[in-house]
Amino acid sequence: MLSQDALKKIDQELTKYPDNQRRSAVMSALRIAQVEHGWLSNELIEYIANYLKIPPVQALEVATFYSMYNLKPVGKYKLTVCTNLPCALSGGVNALEYLKAKLGVELGETTKDGKYTLTQGECMGACGDAPVILVNNHKMCSFMDPATIDKKLAELQ
Amino acid sequence: MAIYQKGVIFADFDTADKDCWTLDSYVKRGGYQALKKILNDNIAQDQVIAEVKQSGLRGRGGAGFPTGLKWSFMPRALDGQKYIVCNSDEGEPGTFKDKDIMEFNPHSLIEGMIIAGYAIGASVGYNYIHGEIYEVYERFEEALNEARRAGYLGNNILGTNFSFELHAHHGYGAYICGEETALLDSLEGKKGQPRFKPPFPASFGLYGQPTTINNTESLAAIPFIIRDGGQIFQDKGIPNNGGTKLFSISGHVNRPGNYEIPLGTPFSELLKMAGGMRDGRKMKAVIPGGSSAPVLPGDIMMQCTMDYDSIAKAGSMLGSGAVIVMGEDVCMVKALERLAFFYHEESCGQCTPCREGTGWLYEIIHRIEHGHGKHEDLDLLDSIGNQMAGRTICALADAAVFPVRSFTKHFRNEFEYHIQHKKCMVNHNWL
Repeated sequence: MLSQDALKKIDQELTKYPDNQRRSAVMSALRIAQVEHGWLSNELIEYIANYLKIPPVQALEVATFYSMYNLKPVGKYKLTVCTNLPCALSGGVNALEYLKAKLGVELGETTKDGKYTLTQGECMGACGDAPVILVNNHKMCSFMDPATIDKKLAELQ
Repeated sequence: MAIYQKGVIFADFDTADKDCWTLDSYVKRGGYQALKKILNDNIAQDQVIAEVKQSGLRGRGGAGFPTGLKWSFMPRALDGQKYIVCNSDEGEPGTFKDKDIMEFNPHSLIEGMIIAGYAIGASVGYNYIHGEIYEVYERFEEALNEARRAGYLGNNILGTNFSFELHAHHGYGAYICGEETALLDSLEGKKGQPRFKPPFPASFGLYGQPTTINNTESLAAIPFIIRDGGQIFQDKGIPNNGGTKLFSISGHVNRPGNYEIPLGTPFSELLKMAGGMRDGRKMKAVIPGGSSAPVLPGDIMMQCTMDYDSIAKAGSMLGSGAVIVMGEDVCMVKALERLAFFYHEESCGQCTPCREGTGWLYEIIHRIEHGHGKHEDLDLLDSIGNQMAGRTICALADAAVFPVRSFTKHFRNEFEYHIQHKKCMVNHNWL
């Protein structure tokens, strides 16, 4: 279910932990799988568990506990806006409202063309750069006022 | 972007320099000298710990526990694997200092962790990095590779018989993993749920082995302390509050960012460095140490100095040094509603008082904010808080209750107005 490249990355993660602690690599293995597939189906979670030689439920409980794993399909770009208090004081809520209006979706929804999914995040640890938007979990965009959001959306093809 | 005063971790370089994070740049400004000093002069573990105790360094993650004392708890004489773990799971709303340390000066942390490993007898370390900062995690991995290639990590470091390996572990979105035992469980590949203490990590930590867990900023200060001396670090601050500290300022100021300044600096000076209040607002309130710290009215805050003792005396906590500044146009009910939502979302669900209590706190504050509050609601919030604080495995329940108690204490009139008139006392908008 995963490319050789992805499996190589998981093997690399496994080298970080003692040989009898393969379970420690489950978080990164799920992340690597999600990057390749966009989301984590039950089959994919089970595949990861088998690869790590851990019971599937141990991989499932990690996938369901941490907020950045996608447990259902998302758009090509998942946009996560931080609206916690420090960000809200510097335009975080406005950034979210602007995106809702611009994309015509509510929180948790995906645009009809399947391009964007809009979500809300908790603290990303970048409150000084507010408003902050995370694209597909890994790319942080700072100081996202409406004009900068427009520019960013135009870049995301 | 970040703005700094000259400090200990951000001394002698400009964060605008795109290569400031590299090994070359770090070595040129005196990096890895502390490690060389220890290994070449064969300085004893106890002496390293004594130097850290001398520095007065207190844990920069929030608790303020003396770092040297924590290191001395490790059972070094015991055979078997020991670990040093860095807590870079920086998710306390308002805090963004550890991210900048790893982005602009990762080798200070790497060197600090090697020295910590040496002092406590650990041959392996892990740096647990907050999920939302993937690019910083990648940068840290690159810095680790540089250190390995240069022989600062691995077997027989600098030709001695000291060996140490260090790895980065990437989180994936859970505030609770900032709690040290939840972090350990997460590192073991489990749900991040706090463990009951005792046993403490120094006796039963990662994989059941003796483990010390320190914050990023604490560990990144270690090279300076060893190279220049504990006393010099101590003297940068004030008694019982040694050294400089990073403060992350956010909210209604002109220049949000990180400022590394001596402990004991007046808050008014820090505010000035941050460019003062945005758009000429009057200051209403400040949360001085991350969202879990009790809020203080602006006039009380203006009397404080930025150190553990002064902020504690004023009734709050220095915490992680995250200063959230709120102007006169902030509705305190709305602000508290947002924080209550956060704690409800992030409760790990393990303890009933927290899992259920955070939900009730949010529901009640939400209904007050939306004009459905009842007169008995403020007493109800108080009673729920009493059933949560101190009754759970970890401090998340307390962290959820502190803001509720302090907001309703200092700004009670706004809550009462909201309940009576079913609307905000101030004309609030989030800009």
